[in-house]
Amino acid sequence: MTGTTGTAKAAEPTPAARLPRRRGTELALTVVAVLLCVLGYFDVGLTLHGVPPPGAAVYGAGLGVLALLAHLAVRWRAPYADPLLLPIGVLLNGLGLVLIYRLDLATPDDEAAPAQLVWSTIGVAFFIAVVVLLRDHRSLQRYAYLSMVAALALMIVPIFFPAVNGARIWVRAGGFSIQPGEFAKVLLAVFFASYLAANRHALAFAGRRIWLLRLPTGRILGPIVAIWLFSVGVLVLERDLGTSLLFFGLFVIVLYVATGRTGWVAVGLVLAAVGAFAAGSLEPHVNGRVEDWLHPLASIDAGRGPNQLAQSLFAFAAGGLLGTGLGAGHSVLIGFATKSDFILATAGEELGLAGLLALFLLYALLVERGYRTGLALRDPFGKLLAIGLASIVALQVFVIAGGVMGLIPLTGMAMPFLAQGGSSVVTNWIIVALLIRLSDSARRQPGEWAADPPGARNTRAPGPGAPAGLAGGGGPA
Amino acid sequence: MTPYIRRAAVLLVVLLAALLVNAVRIQIIQAGPYDGNPANRRHDIARYGQPRGDILVGGRPVTGSTDSGQRLRHERTYTNGPLYAPVTGFASQVYGTTFLENAEDGVLSGTDPMLATVPLWNDLSRTRSSGGDVVTTVRAAAQRAAYEGLGGRKGAVAAIDPSTGEILALVSSPSYDPGRLSGSGRKAADAWASLNAAKDKPMLNRAIRQTYPPGSTFKVVTAAAALDSGTVTDVDARTDSPDPYRLPGASTSLSNEVEGCADASLRYAFEWSCNTVFARLGVTTGARRMTRTAEGFGFNDSGVRIPSGVARSNFDTSPDKARLALSSIGQYNTRATPLQMAMVSAAVANGGSVPSPRLVERTATAGGTTVRQSGSRSLRQAMSAGTAARLRELMVDVVEGGTGRSAAIPGAQVGGKTGTAQHGVDNAGTPYAWFVSWAQAATDTVPAVAVAVVVEDASAVREDISGGGSAAPIARAVMRAVLKS
Repeated sequence: MTGTTGTAKAAEPTPAARLPRRRGTELALTVVAVLLCVLGYFDVGLTLHGVPPPGAAVYGAGLGVLALLAHLAVRWRAPYADPLLLPIGVLLNGLGLVLIYRLDLATPDDEAAPAQLVWSTIGVAFFIAVVVLLRDHRSLQRYAYLSMVAALALMIVPIFFPAVNGARIWVRAGGFSIQPGEFAKVLLAVFFASYLAANRHALAFAGRRIWLLRLPTGRILGPIVAIWLFSVGVLVLERDLGTSLLFFGLFVIVLYVATGRTGWVAVGLVLAAVGAFAAGSLEPHVNGRVEDWLHPLASIDAGRGPNQLAQSLFAFAAGGLLGTGLGAGHSVLIGFATKSDFILATAGEELGLAGLLALFLLYALLVERGYRTGLALRDPFGKLLAIGLASIVALQVFVIAGGVMGLIPLTGMAMPFLAQGGSSVVTNWIIVALLIRLSDSARRQPGEWAADPPGARNTRAPGPGAPAGLAGGGGPA
Repeated sequence: MTPYIRRAAVLLVVLLAALLVNAVRIQIIQAGPYDGNPANRRHDIARYGQPRGDILVGGRPVTGSTDSGQRLRHERTYTNGPLYAPVTGFASQVYGTTFLENAEDGVLSGTDPMLATVPLWNDLSRTRSSGGDVVTTVRAAAQRAAYEGLGGRKGAVAAIDPSTGEILALVSSPSYDPGRLSGSGRKAADAWASLNAAKDKPMLNRAIRQTYPPGSTFKVVTAAAALDSGTVTDVDARTDSPDPYRLPGASTSLSNEVEGCADASLRYAFEWSCNTVFARLGVTTGARRMTRTAEGFGFNDSGVRIPSGVARSNFDTSPDKARLALSSIGQYNTRATPLQMAMVSAAVANGGSVPSPRLVERTATAGGTTVRQSGSRSLRQAMSAGTAARLRELMVDVVEGGTGRSAAIPGAQVGGKTGTAQHGVDNAGTPYAWFVSWAQAATDTVPAVAVAVVVEDASAVREDISGGGSAAPIARAVMRAVLKS
């Protein structure tokens, strides 16, 4: 712990120095992000029809207004926030809209871009709402158990709805369909952060020692393992193994960061391996995915033509170093999930390795800003929440990108911001909003806390009138 | 918590590195095999993503292209499809390409590297050139005359320019519209199924891909061998030919359809198509000389390309004398494509040298710049010029006073040879009517055209379906069309 404190101290600015707010930087980068997307939109139209695309002005103006409103909200309520988070979100979301619009032109019967634009608007609205209404992230600690219950409820609901493409993860009502599991991610991250922040010492140091591993008492470990098992169980029932893998990774990372116990990582990896092996060999749906991963071209040799993964690999291969150019690829050959799970293949084919690496680095930058926020924050809940949220993005990118590129077996997931999917876009905007709020707290001067006396943060309850919640460790008792 | 956060970050960096390395692996290192996988449809999509170049007859395209809006976008259209089908073949999204569409596919689809103005530029810029054009040697009037002459009867016509080898007409009948096979929809599949099931085999290119027993038209080859080898030195001298002629070493005898063949001169035997004289002549000349001359004309050569491959015409090299006697009158297993017989006729017209037949005059870029010009070259000398001159004389006699009178054209010198080939078990099948000929306008110094016509199924009585009756008028129409143009 001494090391921790030392580093934290070193990272903490001296009260006299005033951190630059960097809102101008954010605005400039956001404008660049919007312009890049509009450029991409024009490129698609010119490539496919030789004329600027219809509604180019609406698209550019729409994205610009959304980005500007988000920026103004940040400027107003989170002036110290990390200036990179919002531009990255705008750029990824805008590029996703360009790619979906481009794919729409190849599938005229199935337009997804307008709905995606609506969902993006809703996402930005949630973003603004979170930035404006959530004054202090620590108030979320109060809702830890509520978050957990809500998360579980959201995961259970789709079981009562019919399966779509083999997975029971959708709720459909009146033309709209949402994926409640997406929102559950954020709620679970809040619960994990809150619970572990409160109980990390007990988890790290209490309990019996068995061989090399010191097990915490069942009273402490029980609830969290139960919740985790329950969520994973539900997901296995729903056959959404991507999300299951994501929760598992999130759980292990946050637990490790909270307790520093390498044993947890080891146990996690062993459990993951056992689970993966069991699912891969027993569950036919997963077994098929593993077989496809090991032999992506087997269906061609068997005379059934290329499967989705093979088509995806063809698309990446066709892209090469510089890509075919937006609009000039043929990733629609992949079939029904081109705009959602497989959207990265379109990026790989039309933007090439260069574009793909740029995309990965954008995600990496987003995650890095989240981790940096986690490092800079001083309260354990905030740290764990920032790490958890950033890890969600990182794990999700790895699971789906690795899946469509044949690195790991394919599990259905949405590429954050890029893929078609309303719930996903909204969730990602909420994640970015929370990171903005957290980074604003991290970069604020101690004296600048709106409702907090200087130097009192680590010992006192977060907001005025807020109950101690789980912060004091008394919650679960 | 800070060190743990840093260590967790290291884990994520490892994951990121794995993604980046994997991206390089698929997009660069293993991109080649994925790109070249036959199940990868990108090559097909690129291929049909632009209109195909055209095939030109007499300066006018006989092909076209229509944008279907489908994934394999541009579909082939054909003007006068059935007329030019043996020349163009088809270009189908599903069933591939045949004939010129196949042989010149690189130019037509734009992949031929010669089409690029700057070498290697297309590879770098990932573009393909616009489809180039293929200019054929076919004369529209001759083609039409041949097609209308056959009038839907089973048969084929091949006409070539004797001095250059340019193919002036190439017709197979009954024909089909290759445009029916364009596209990837249900209609193309239905057309493919019905065309393949059709009894008359409309997709068979009878002019270059079907061989027939040439019957008496093969007597031109036998006469050439006999004259060249010195077996016969005087075409008017009487030969020692019994009628009927008992095949050497066999119990069967040959007879003739006409009178006066016993000991007839070569001229008389050629004019009236005496089987006995020529069967004996082949035997006297010998298998070796016969084979050499036949191969000089192009028989037994499976490598003829125009640029589509031409079926191998056959002359049996066995020294069995009875078989040689039958082979020498175009029976037994002597077989020839109509194009081969046109080459025989052309060699006579061209002083004994067989021109290399070719269907493509030149290929050009979409802008009209010539990519490749096909030069004429002589295939081989089938006989001496003197022999050719005497054969010319004999063939003229056939048209002027023998079995081929219906091929005569006023104001032109025409030489010809009729043939009626029996086939089937005990010769039960309807005989094939043959006519090979050449024509030279009175004002010209060399013959302008050599033609071979075969009619398979004239539903007429045997006597009437002789080459002179069914096939010669078609040949005349083709020759007139060439002479007039």
